[in-house]
Amino acid sequence: MWQKMYAWLDERVGFDGLYKNLLDRPEPHGNWWNTLGSASLFLFVMQGLTGIFLTVYYAPTPDHAYDSIQYIMNGVAFGWLIRGIHHWGATLMVLVVFIHMLRVFFSASYKYPRELTWMVGVFLFLLTLGMGFTGYLLPFNQRSYWATVVGTNIAGVVPGVGGFILKALRGGTDVSALTLSRFFSAHIWMLPAALAGLIGVHLYLIMRHGESDYPDADD
Amino acid sequence: MASSNRISRRDFVKVTTAALGSIMGVVLGIPIVGYLIDPALKAQSGEALIPLGPLENFPIGTPKAFSFTRSNINGWEKTVNSYGGFVLRKSELEILVLSNRCTHLSCSVNWEEARGEYVCPCHDAQFGSEGEVLGGPPPHPLDRYEANVEEGTLMIRFPATPYQEG
Repeated sequence: MWQKMYAWLDERVGFDGLYKNLLDRPEPHGNWWNTLGSASLFLFVMQGLTGIFLTVYYAPTPDHAYDSIQYIMNGVAFGWLIRGIHHWGATLMVLVVFIHMLRVFFSASYKYPRELTWMVGVFLFLLTLGMGFTGYLLPFNQRSYWATVVGTNIAGVVPGVGGFILKALRGGTDVSALTLSRFFSAHIWMLPAALAGLIGVHLYLIMRHGESDYPDADD
Repeated sequence: MASSNRISRRDFVKVTTAALGSIMGVVLGIPIVGYLIDPALKAQSGEALIPLGPLENFPIGTPKAFSFTRSNINGWEKTVNSYGGFVLRKSELEILVLSNRCTHLSCSVNWEEARGEYVCPCHDAQFGSEGEVLGGPPPHPLDRYEANVEEGTLMIRFPATPYQEG
């Protein structure tokens, strides 16, 4: 029966073509540094999943943000695990994405015809930093509050439009309930949506061009 | 292949990937399910014995009001609710504890000594000294608290039980 179901699905989906186009790619002579892109993708998916589960209990308001996280850590079964993965995964993701970028730079993989892959990748890195910055405020403890005060102040020193950027980031002159809810919105909707879309473009470009070979003695 | 029962490299990788994937799925899946259903597993009974003070504080024959608060913790949110009622000590050991919550729309009823009945301020419902409906809209008599005396202290069991016929 399973074979029949598989055949029915395969006829309509075309698993063979999917496999050939998506996964069956030749790798240039094996190198662990080439796995960092996949590692970044894995971390993105894991952050997405644990983040979705965290929203079950997290409340993005100044009254409840801190208490709801205390509850996740101490009151809910395995809450410490889900948040622990999200917390450390965030740090790891910034690190892995950055090392991935360094690898691409040092192996000169950004050159023709992969310039667009590189440009999209730079935006992916910036978006990852944005995820880190917005996520840092959400526990709403002293450290996250003051980090956001300082971080948004830095944006405020831009000549001319700095004051406006500061207010737009904070949703007013102070780091407040509005800041928390807009950072939350950015953290769970806007930035992940942008990341997911650009990851799609990034992956398409990689499938189209294949991975770059390392230069050898002839080059 | 020299012999047919030797597993090929490709099959080995497939089986290992499937096995490790299944193990990881279970190891991650159980905590996630536990995390999601956790509040449902923590049954809050809410039952408690509430001390109302020494029995001699309650005079025989007239209802005496009492009140207490109960706090309820849901996740990180704590709510405090007030409850109240009347203790009617009919004789030395026969004690009737009524809730003061009107069975119509949950207003607090008051004991009117002159009329000898409980009167609800909202819709002028009247209850007799034993909680029975004398007039007005309430569908059934006042709820009762199960009461007993331990070492001279009057205790009631929270929550109140609805009055039952017979």
